[in-house]
Amino acid sequence: MAKKTIKIRAKLSGDKTTVKCLMTHPMETGLRKDSKTGKMIPAHFINEVMAESGGKTLMTANWSGGVSKNPYLSFAFTGGQKGDEVKISWKDNQGGSDSGAVQIK
Amino acid sequence: MTMNLKRRVFLKGSIAAGTLGVAVSAGLLAPRAVIAAWNEKAFGAKSVDDALAAAMGDASNTASDTIKIKAPDIAENGAVVPVSVASSMTGVESIALLAEGNASPLVATFALGAGAVPDVSTRIKMGKTSDVIAVVKAGGKLYSARKSVKVTIGGCGG
Repeated sequence: MAKKTIKIRAKLSGDKTTVKCLMTHPMETGLRKDSKTGKMIPAHFINEVMAESGGKTLMTANWSGGVSKNPYLSFAFTGGQKGDEVKISWKDNQGGSDSGAVQIK
Repeated sequence: MTMNLKRRVFLKGSIAAGTLGVAVSAGLLAPRAVIAAWNEKAFGAKSVDDALAAAMGDASNTASDTIKIKAPDIAENGAVVPVSVASSMTGVESIALLAEGNASPLVATFALGAGAVPDVSTRIKMGKTSDVIAVVKAGGKLYSARKSVKVTIGGCGG
């Protein structure tokens, strides 16, 4: 994908690193109708988000279409150091995927 | 990427929804691996109990005031309802987030890995006024908290 779909910030405060990210995705539930054609819009949503740092999985999130369009996610973990890389990747139900990484600030 | 693919295949092959509880109690799998495969049954479930049974292995849970849900009392737009779940409990393995009034109540599950703090936020869609339920799994037990959110414009469907 040419354009990055994930924006990530990772900030260390004390011993806790807070990671915030925004993904660009339509998050269609499959229950909506196209107002022009009257046809159902097929479900298209991120169903898995993985966050890793230093080869360890920090968190795996499984989502349904019930998460809002252009999803926002934030979580926190301990044990991160400044300069460590946090990598976040997502997959959607139509086989799409993307990933992004930032260094902890 | 190839490594990632292999990991997916491995997880899909080794984890079926039905074996979830067994695998956890037997300590065969690290908690973070257990719900890594997308659980179609849980996310497709039409009731809170069914969704929890499929996602967390058990529908019964204990209300706990150590879980804090942060969500607006009144959400003007049901398509974007910011929700935060935090818990002071230790040893939290996973968190499930449900919107009781949605056609498919289970919105998200978070499996916490190494060092993760039980404090997650996201934005969810809510079809109508209902309770947001957070279920936290810690030490093999389920704890829950709920908060009512009034929705003025529904965010599911057309």
